[in-house]
Amino acid sequence: MAERRYLDAIHDALQEEMTLDERVIVLGEDVGLKGGVFGVTDGLFGQFGGDRVIDTPISESMIIGVSFGMAANGLVPVPEIQFADFIHPAFNQILSEVARVRYRSNNDYGCQMTIRVPWGGGVHGALYHSQSIEAFYAHIPGLKVVVPSTPADAKGLLKAAIRDPDPVLYLEHKKLYRLVRGEIPDGDVTVPIGPAAVRRPGRDLSIFAYGLMTREALAAADLLSHDGIEAEVVDLRTLRPLDKTTVLESVARTSRALVVHEDNRFGGFGAEIIATIAEEAFAHLDAPPTRFCGPDVPGVPFAQPFEEWFMPNPDRIAKAARAVVSY
Amino acid sequence: MSAGEIRAVKTREGERTPRAGGVSDADLLEMYYYVRLARAVDERMWVLQRSGKAAFVISGQGHECAQIGAVFALDREKDWLIPYYRSVGSVLVKGMPPAEIFLIQLSKATDPSSGGRQMPGHYGHSQHKILSTSSPLMTQFLHADGVALAAKLRRTGEVCMTEAGEGSTSEGDFHEALNFAAVHKLAVIFVVENNGYAISVPVSAQMGLPDVSAHAAGYGIPGVTVDGSHILDVYTAAREAVARARRGDGPTLLEIKVPRLTGHSSDDQQDKYRPADEIAAAKQHDPIPVFTEELRAWGVLTDANEREIANRVRREVDLGTEVAETAPAPDPATATRYVYYEADLPDGRPR
Repeated sequence: MAERRYLDAIHDALQEEMTLDERVIVLGEDVGLKGGVFGVTDGLFGQFGGDRVIDTPISESMIIGVSFGMAANGLVPVPEIQFADFIHPAFNQILSEVARVRYRSNNDYGCQMTIRVPWGGGVHGALYHSQSIEAFYAHIPGLKVVVPSTPADAKGLLKAAIRDPDPVLYLEHKKLYRLVRGEIPDGDVTVPIGPAAVRRPGRDLSIFAYGLMTREALAAADLLSHDGIEAEVVDLRTLRPLDKTTVLESVARTSRALVVHEDNRFGGFGAEIIATIAEEAFAHLDAPPTRFCGPDVPGVPFAQPFEEWFMPNPDRIAKAARAVVSY
Repeated sequence: MSAGEIRAVKTREGERTPRAGGVSDADLLEMYYYVRLARAVDERMWVLQRSGKAAFVISGQGHECAQIGAVFALDREKDWLIPYYRSVGSVLVKGMPPAEIFLIQLSKATDPSSGGRQMPGHYGHSQHKILSTSSPLMTQFLHADGVALAAKLRRTGEVCMTEAGEGSTSEGDFHEALNFAAVHKLAVIFVVENNGYAISVPVSAQMGLPDVSAHAAGYGIPGVTVDGSHILDVYTAAREAVARARRGDGPTLLEIKVPRLTGHSSDDQQDKYRPADEIAAAKQHDPIPVFTEELRAWGVLTDANEREIANRVRREVDLGTEVAETAPAPDPATATRYVYYEADLPDGRPR
């Protein structure tokens, strides 16, 4: 076991998969000599050379469209979109091409590709460097969406994603890069795409979260524990395919559900969790399944007081949880 | 030709193409067979639609010599093609038999491009190295870059030809694709079939340049415009572009001016936006009579071999239609398959 930062874990997964499989190619803006704007690909250019770590023009649709063609002709591209906020020009390539090619070709073609995307708020990034994009992409059949919250998952899920025969959107939270350290198992260990993880068992309510919010939810659970409320915290890890079994089993144990995400509330991924619980665990419920999310403004405003206002934090999550428990 | 050089060729009305060197009589007759086959397949597609058997037609009539001249320059076994919805002639040359096109047209379970999932005209088939295509315009030029980049990194020596209409050159992906291909000197031939209309919008309302090929200068690559009524003009320009790509000297933008002899699709009434005299003039530019006349003038086509080709085309189109008409329709029970990876193909063979 080695202790690594979240950022190092992603780097290590790339390095290992590139070593194991020469078809794996990293491409994106500034991923080469600079090693990425966050340093995730640091050293890969030196180790693997410019044919396998490719600096691209600032051209997101190109990055994904070219990756699609590479995948069709025998390579395993791992494109990086520098910030989630800038992925939108590539939406058409992801939705219409990458995610659909297997279905539309009746399994004649597939698209083995992992799109790495730094995302999320709390990093003084304002409207255009803080976005959550998961709701757009989790909506798309044919695509898988993973959102690790720990270094071990960051590494294991990325290795699994690169080996997956289908396209995976891999969301890495910017605030977690240097904030968290964790033990990572030695050796070639993957974390399967799909299963959620119960991070903290509890009896009084279930809090469902992913990415940075898993950490915030765990801190909220500590606060609640002081009041005698035992929250179960479920880290979804994969948004699509969703681990409904773990979600529903947790609600069956606690009878109450709170979903936390930093994305806007309206039409966010939380709505899918709530709908699933309402449809399939209704008889277990003692309180309305509830969302606690980023407010419905068009982005995270910049100034410190604004950002603090926007981001769900342990105090506010705990407050929302108490309201659910005392319903 | 040097990077950025633009060679515009005016329509040579009434003028005969000098016979280009290095093209044998056999090759010319094969081209002619494909041109006639493409037109006959296309006409049969309309018959199937008008008789209620096919829901939709998008046509390549007028584009035949452009497509067949261009794709003929490829190594048809080794190279890749990423076509668009008018590419009837291209996919025939690349190896799709008429029966496959009719299976696609009639949305049958054994439609090799999609098993009846996509509208007709969305060609793709890995067996022929034709990449699967979608409806959003111009996404495929970027895919061609990716195919060619993989070929370069894997050192396979493959070239990728991709086709689109001039209407789609207004999309951003066109410019992103030319730029990236230029940076990496990718072995791509970007073919733009300019038929003058983006559905109903004439070229004059689409762009400020007289020729699509002029865009090439902005990316530092060669741009060529040829008249799609003269198949050897197309073929020699494509052959030069393929040779350049194969040498590692990079991409070429090849614009081929063609007449659009039908409406945009079976859902379009072109007389609403296109003057009658212009529709009539387009028919005067039909490439098939031009090619026929050229072949006769060169002494390649005779009454006997023309009859032979016509009979062969008729037989193959009839046979292909019959195969498709008797093929099973897709079963809705299979509609949830292949959202994600599955190890076996629809016929049970391993993928």
